[in-house]
Amino acid sequence: MAALYRFLKYAAILAWSAFVIAPFLWALTTSFKTSSGVVSGATYIPWLQYKPSLEGWGVLFRRAGKGIDIVDPYLSSLTVTVSASAISLVLGTLAAYGLSRFSFRMGPVKNADITFFFISQRIMPPIVLAIPFFLMLQALGLLDTRLGLILVYVALLLPIAVWVMVDFFNNIPVELDETAMLDGCGPIETFWRVILPNCKPGLVVAGLFCIIFGWNDFFFAFILTFTKTQLLPVAVVALNSSVTPWWSLSASALISVAPLVVLAFIVEKYLSQGNLAGAIK
Amino acid sequence: MSLIVENLGKTVEGEVHLADIDLAFEKGGFYVLLGPTLSGKTSLLRLLAGLDRPSAGRILLDGRDTIGTPVWKRRVSMVYQQFINYPNLTIYDNIAFPLRRMGLSPSDVDAKVRGAAEMLGISELLERKPGGISGGQQQRTALARALVKGSDLLLLDEPLINLDYKLREQLRDEFKNIFSDNLDSIVVYSTTEPIEALMLGGEVVVLNEGRQLQTGPTHAVFRRPATEAVARVFNDPPMNMIDGTVADDHLLLGGGLRLPKLAHLAGLAPGAYRFGIRASDLGLARGGANDVAFDITVELAEISGSETFIHARHADVSWVIQEEGVHTYPLGELIPAYLDPRNLYAFASDGRLAAAPAAGV
Repeated sequence: MAALYRFLKYAAILAWSAFVIAPFLWALTTSFKTSSGVVSGATYIPWLQYKPSLEGWGVLFRRAGKGIDIVDPYLSSLTVTVSASAISLVLGTLAAYGLSRFSFRMGPVKNADITFFFISQRIMPPIVLAIPFFLMLQALGLLDTRLGLILVYVALLLPIAVWVMVDFFNNIPVELDETAMLDGCGPIETFWRVILPNCKPGLVVAGLFCIIFGWNDFFFAFILTFTKTQLLPVAVVALNSSVTPWWSLSASALISVAPLVVLAFIVEKYLSQGNLAGAIK
Repeated sequence: MSLIVENLGKTVEGEVHLADIDLAFEKGGFYVLLGPTLSGKTSLLRLLAGLDRPSAGRILLDGRDTIGTPVWKRRVSMVYQQFINYPNLTIYDNIAFPLRRMGLSPSDVDAKVRGAAEMLGISELLERKPGGISGGQQQRTALARALVKGSDLLLLDEPLINLDYKLREQLRDEFKNIFSDNLDSIVVYSTTEPIEALMLGGEVVVLNEGRQLQTGPTHAVFRRPATEAVARVFNDPPMNMIDGTVADDHLLLGGGLRLPKLAHLAGLAPGAYRFGIRASDLGLARGGANDVAFDITVELAEISGSETFIHARHADVSWVIQEEGVHTYPLGELIPAYLDPRNLYAFASDGRLAAAPAAGV
């Protein structure tokens, strides 16, 4: 019975993995093919079935004019995503700690209402925000700039960070803060020395959400930029398959998911360290 | 050093958590706050620590009002009923934390940490983290951290309640020794368990529903509860409370139980009273010459640790009898129970103590 259960379990995992990995495998083999390799049917084993070539990858890194430039959008995407995520994480964590530990009151508005206000920013469809954001950036002269995109992404990522961190702080007993204060820490030291070091799993989750959302966003990157600044998702979509060969398209798709895959592997180690969260009960 | 609490009260959103508390704590004293859940023990400890602000009254430390002094500038330690330690730090760093905050030199810190760990039997665990040790060890760590600071005020909020029975008894014994050596600070220990209060001794403050019922030396309060309410809080299982009347030459308890007017009961004026007797003062075997027998029907025998509580009925009146050891009893059958009238408490109709057994009976 146990053996059957194990067999079924691994069969299911295997099937799912194949389902997830297959497109990547297809893209990976295609990116190393030339035109003759691509049109000669489904082949997967290099050297045996087709002659591998670096042509598809090389095109991506040539300066504009001689190929497709993906380096600039790549750097723009990295800058915008990392900056916006970092700012959101710092502001969001501070805001969340305040919302979790102190009572705010403005007329009928209390902590829970402020928390909901943050989250409510993500309830409306993004299209609703597009025109206001466009007009604001236009007024500030920040359309088509990295800084403008960073500001917009902070507005979009902050609710995620606040949401994750409020929940995390609420699960840390207030007695831990109090013990720190009884042991001689003022409020800021309590946060910095005691609470923050015990928040790593929460910070990792919040940071991961921010980065995934920021890195993958196409909509705002598309609307708020024109020619000077281009983010990776927009650049990849702009590669027209009638102009750009499939092997280059495959390569660009692979390098645009690569950072997230690497990040997932790094973070997975952190998240499985359940002892960090589990010690606080 | 003295700590005076005057007319202290705490009301949260219209709900009274504490009212009219007047207490005086002396340096080197050991004080037990005894009361059932929600009696205001934690509220009082939090006010003493400075974690909450009172709604009424004052707390004076050496004559100076402490309200307004932030927690981190007070010399107060607190051990919670949850096991609160810094999860990211080793046991060593946990205990060292307050000392380093105080700016002690590394060698002083080391000496104090090792001393406290030694005293609490956690020297072997100093390199571990709180997540990797047992609940009892976590609570020892929390206590070590609280003791090592040498605070003026050491507060313990039901520190043993989340531990299992065996460990609780063991730690209770150790606590007694640790606190008996303490001369420099005021120790306030809250508990729901009368037995814990009796074992730890000191002074007791009996709390119920946010009110202070009685204050005094623990054993004296146990022997002479001022009111029926104190007797109820200070006995587990609860004291048997039976309505009865006093006549010129005898007592008549509910259910038609006729008893001689012995010893301390002799002076009671005729009238209606409520009589109290501890479950441990009742028995299923004749104990002495003064025992009066009465028939009971056993309804339930409840085993708790090394004792058996027999819930029984005698002519419509419920009794709880405590017997040492684990026994089984025939349910539903009539068996004799014994009561020594010299162990009876008598409470007047307003709840005040009218007569208490002499000590040593």
